[in-house]
Amino acid sequence: MSTLTESTRAALQLVTSLDPVLWAVVGRSLAVSGLACLLAAGVGLLVGAWLGVARFPGREAALTVLNTLLALPSVVVGLLVYLLLSRGGPLGFLGWLFSFQAMVLAQMVLVIPVVTALTRQTVEDADTLHGEQLASLGAGRVLRGLLLAWDERYALLAVLMVAFGRAVSEVGAVMIVGGNIDGFTRVMTTAIALETSKGDLPLALGLGMVLLSVVLGLNAAVAGLRHWRARVDGVAAGASGGWVAT
Amino acid sequence: MSRPGDAIGTPTPLVGLRGVGVRFGDVQALRGVTLDIEAGESVALIGGNGSGKSTLLRVIHGLIEPTEGQLNAPARRMQAMLFQRPWMLRTTVQRNIAIGLWLRGVPWRDAQARALDALQRVQLAELAARRAPGLSGGQLQRAALARAWALRPRLLLLDEPTASLDPHAKHEVEALMREFTPPTAGTQAPLTMVFASHNLGQVKRLARRVIYLEQGRVLADLPVARFFDHAELRAVSPPADAFVKGDS
Repeated sequence: MSTLTESTRAALQLVTSLDPVLWAVVGRSLAVSGLACLLAAGVGLLVGAWLGVARFPGREAALTVLNTLLALPSVVVGLLVYLLLSRGGPLGFLGWLFSFQAMVLAQMVLVIPVVTALTRQTVEDADTLHGEQLASLGAGRVLRGLLLAWDERYALLAVLMVAFGRAVSEVGAVMIVGGNIDGFTRVMTTAIALETSKGDLPLALGLGMVLLSVVLGLNAAVAGLRHWRARVDGVAAGASGGWVAT
Repeated sequence: MSRPGDAIGTPTPLVGLRGVGVRFGDVQALRGVTLDIEAGESVALIGGNGSGKSTLLRVIHGLIEPTEGQLNAPARRMQAMLFQRPWMLRTTVQRNIAIGLWLRGVPWRDAQARALDALQRVQLAELAARRAPGLSGGQLQRAALARAWALRPRLLLLDEPTASLDPHAKHEVEALMREFTPPTAGTQAPLTMVFASHNLGQVKRLARRVIYLEQGRVLADLPVARFFDHAELRAVSPPADAFVKGDS
């Protein structure tokens, strides 16, 4: 009990005193996950919007695979990206293994299915409700998907926040492809794992507090976004049929 | 059942259907529909729920492919359709109308100007900058009418456009529809209007021709005055007469 109390006090001291080691790790974590989500959004939003309106043979099978990828273990992603980036791998020439870029790539691979699948569902639901009216105005499938994705932008922003939450809290992929190198590829989750095993509980706990705060902040942002959207659209929260993650 | 073209002579119909049928799985939504609609006509489609009115409008608009028969209709870009519950994107009313125009190839700047013109036409110019999701049902339907009107269609299709509105909003939308309605039969009107409705009073006020559908079949197709003449309607189609009597 006293260990917990002392560790918590020490952790709070680290956080509030703006400990450079701790905040460097936090900054790196946010940069890796933020960039990974941004890149994943570029792919996932477009592919998801297209999948939401496209009809082609094998679509159901493609959606089943996509939904399965939602549960992709991060260590498996880490392993695959490791194999891709290792010296003998197809992307070995990039020399990215154990680097910032490798971690971004791994987290991007991890969250692309999340962004794609949730965007697809959001756009498909919107298309079921409103696609006919857009088609009536003259929008073809691709344009319809893009317009519906744009119309559901608040819901999709929430999707991106969910994806960021998934990226920033994973440990397996960045551990494998980043190597948890101090001052270089150490991020919050890998640092927590390492410091806990070393017995440096205050730093681990301090990082844990920041990580929880980030996730809490994301959820608060999603809730705030939902209320703001309801206010500007002049409709009751959640009444518009758009999917909003919490 | 009267033959197509009985109501109004149709040397060059704007819309022509020959034996059109639509099947959704086990459900036959339309059966052997044959009719012509001349440019400038104002045609009401009436019938009970599930009679095929909405399906017929969607077939003419090209949203549903007929599973049998032949359809001749202007390209969808020459048409506009108004839905019972119109939907607009989460942006301003003016931008919504402009997007409709932009989708039809109008440059964005021109589209914005035409959108404002259209809103003035339906007395909604003051709501141009308002976000569409915040509009009331009546305002939304009028804005949707403005969006349809802005497209300058040759054919305007309306699927029960006042069914979900309160009496005041109904009156406003109907007044606009009446403005779109050509004054007399046979004139070279710029707009042909086909609307589905359950409201027989509205049909009497707005239509010059009435088509009665039941279970996907056209059972009566008459000029409005003859349609509401019970003796004549009973002679043409007893089910249509029973429907009108039950409703009136």
